[in-house]
Amino acid sequence: MSTLDPGRRVFLQRAAYFGGGLVLATALPAFRGGPRAAQVGSSQLNAWLLIGTDDSISILVDRSEMGQGVYTALPALIAEELEVDLSRIRIAAAPVGDAYVNALNGGQVTGTSNSVTEAWDKLRKAGAQARMMLIAAAAQRWRIDASACGAENGRVTGTQGRSASYGQLADAAAKLAVPKDVTLKDAKDFRLIGKPLPRLDTPGKVDGSAEFGLDVQLPGMLYAAIAMSPALGGSARSVDSTAALALPGVRRVLATASGVVVVAEHFWQAKKARDALRIEWQPGPNSGLDNAAIWSQLNQAAAANPGVSALGSDDVAAALKGGNALEAMKTATKTLSAVYELPLVAHATMEPMNCTADVKADRCDVYLGTQVQQLTQAAAAGAAGLPPERVNVHTTLLGGGFGRRLEVDFVPAAVEASKAVGAPVKLIWTREDDMTHDLYKPPAREQVTAGLDEKGKLVAWALHITGPSITARFDPSNKDPFDSVIEYVQNFPYAVPNFDLRYVRHEIGIDVGYLRSVSHAPNCFAVESSIDELAAAASKDPLQFRLELLAGKLRHTKVLQVVAERSNWGHPAAGRHQGLAFMEGYTACIAQVAEISVQDGRLKIHRITCVIDCGQTVNPRIVESQLESGIVYGLSAALWGDVTLQGGRVRQTNFNDYRVLRLNELPELDIHIIPSSGMPAGIGETGVPPVAPAVCNAIFAATGRRLRSLPINAHKLA
Amino acid sequence: MVTLTVNGVTQSIDADGDTPLLWVLRDHLKLTGTKYGCGMALCGACTVHLDGVAVRSCILPLRSLQGKAVTTIEGLSRDRSHAAQRAWIELDVPQCGYCQSGQIMAAASLLQSNPSPSDADIDAALAGNICRCGTYSRIRKAIHRAAELLRGNTSP
Repeated sequence: MSTLDPGRRVFLQRAAYFGGGLVLATALPAFRGGPRAAQVGSSQLNAWLLIGTDDSISILVDRSEMGQGVYTALPALIAEELEVDLSRIRIAAAPVGDAYVNALNGGQVTGTSNSVTEAWDKLRKAGAQARMMLIAAAAQRWRIDASACGAENGRVTGTQGRSASYGQLADAAAKLAVPKDVTLKDAKDFRLIGKPLPRLDTPGKVDGSAEFGLDVQLPGMLYAAIAMSPALGGSARSVDSTAALALPGVRRVLATASGVVVVAEHFWQAKKARDALRIEWQPGPNSGLDNAAIWSQLNQAAAANPGVSALGSDDVAAALKGGNALEAMKTATKTLSAVYELPLVAHATMEPMNCTADVKADRCDVYLGTQVQQLTQAAAAGAAGLPPERVNVHTTLLGGGFGRRLEVDFVPAAVEASKAVGAPVKLIWTREDDMTHDLYKPPAREQVTAGLDEKGKLVAWALHITGPSITARFDPSNKDPFDSVIEYVQNFPYAVPNFDLRYVRHEIGIDVGYLRSVSHAPNCFAVESSIDELAAAASKDPLQFRLELLAGKLRHTKVLQVVAERSNWGHPAAGRHQGLAFMEGYTACIAQVAEISVQDGRLKIHRITCVIDCGQTVNPRIVESQLESGIVYGLSAALWGDVTLQGGRVRQTNFNDYRVLRLNELPELDIHIIPSSGMPAGIGETGVPPVAPAVCNAIFAATGRRLRSLPINAHKLA
Repeated sequence: MVTLTVNGVTQSIDADGDTPLLWVLRDHLKLTGTKYGCGMALCGACTVHLDGVAVRSCILPLRSLQGKAVTTIEGLSRDRSHAAQRAWIELDVPQCGYCQSGQIMAAASLLQSNPSPSDADIDAALAGNICRCGTYSRIRKAIHRAAELLRGNTSP
């Protein structure tokens, strides 16, 4: 697995528990608010493709659309080989099913930026097989050889001018055997792949018709709000619901494992009643937890423990395993010892967590934006007291995912509420609930020790990571102690004869979660800040220093050279300064240059230049927007992202005290994609990690001040 | 009971007077294009037009709306033909899309009062609308494009 990020290789064991084969609803789930999938007269040619007698072509997309473009990119893979225009495709969200498992993640999971990589061969093959079956059906009908037929623009053509639409052939085609031998198109013949085609989900997102979880409407639906323990990990000791129950529209107050739920006719009534509850909270095990305690714990754990070496793990590239970093450090002429500190960060999706549940005696339907259909099914089944196969998961569009919707913590309470009142219930978290009950990005203490010889050559580089493990909580069946913790740095790209990588797992008492780019971000910060520090120690230009350490790596070198050209590296505008960062991750190579100025202690980020080699692009327009997205998300975290606790409570509650980047603060963005025919790489998370070290390295260039912790806003730059 | 006009239709709403317009639109009128993001006028996801001007519906109590005219994203045009919607489609602005109703309503209000906004005008008018996907650069381009469309320049 050294070429793929270890990431979230999860769910293998748990997926087996779901059993059952491919579950296909007879009536297709609709992509609500978008083009509706054909409901009648459809023939199913494989797990993803349905063709209607009306010539409608519907694709069940088995990854969740959270902005990253899978509702356009994945259908394009099928449509390319099927020989139909992308604009004809109707989208529906796939139900839970074995056919929809992401082989790289080991479950029906949208995460780790691998949706396109994983589907690349699979969905093109599915499209080609369907095309061959349609041709075979036509050949049979016309009693000619299939080789005399062709497929183009949704029709099969044969000899003597014969022609039939896919809709006329689909029923017969669906009864044929699926061909085994499939030849996929050459890249030079691509009609759709690599073209900046319009997104299929855009129209519904400009007229209000796109359906997010929050928008689900069911007949007789009630609304719910929840009161959760202010201290994370606490619980309700006593509840006085007298005042709440007396308010208009309130139907029920019930205690659940997640908190106290109020069900009412409308959400505003539910929220007002929730606020009227009188609850005595048992603060639980975290009542003494604050940030000083967290960092004191992490520092103590780091000092007390040399950590478990990752060099014995298959996750670490073989080329890094040869030397002895600690011995080599003793002979170095110059050494660096630096501790980088990365704070807790909130996901803060625009759409707060919500789930609509409809529990009946023998079935349960849940409607929500989720990145994990199987885990949702299991969570709902547990809360409903039904076997998992009686739970239907209806995936809506996600109003942001960023890893937050890999969690199902908001699902059981909605199911319990629906079961209790015998009606569909939409449970909505307020922004404050969402901000204070996230599964935050974990804090990380990253200590780099490194040495240069007398010529300024890197002779040793070692990273000692201390922090909680996300995977140990998220997927206990995963026994890899380094899972997601050593991302990127496991493939440390810079030439160094002596390398070391160690991890001290230290839990801080609260659950932490995967956040967009996960450990790539803190590890990229440690690597790229330290490389910048080493370049300064060696009195070398940061670009030149990197290029020397990447000599012979053509892909890496090219990305750096192009970013240097496009950013006019070394020649910033008057009064401005530049910083560089590089990362190899999600099988892509990416570099960013930040151009900034600091005046009277005020930081202004003028421009970010971003260059990526991400292999073959399916849709360069979407790749570009995802890189812009990653930069903005990464900048918000770099500048302000800092979740703080007091007595186990999160102090940030809304966008007034959890600041994120706004339009007027956007730097100029220059995105460049290097043309490539390589395997498609991940792009959803790749833009995030380099931006923080690029900006901090630019701050060093501007002020001589080295920022070894985030957020930047916590530092005085004057 | 409060009577107001929503997207040209007269509606009489029987709800507590402190119910925010946002929830009246979403829960009572099933107009779910207007989104809940923060409840404190901090993020702009709930932006609608009140008598033609962009406002945050999450902090507007129903009792203040007697006789007012509200336009939501569903009422901006019948067929995505408003210049902002056309520009948004042309440039594929949305990613997750959740904030985009609010962004478009803020942009439409800006264009109404200022048909040729500068970057600074756009900054001032849209700074209140958060997008966590980071579609800001395309929003900026789309507003300039919408201004072009309004001037009759339909060539791409």
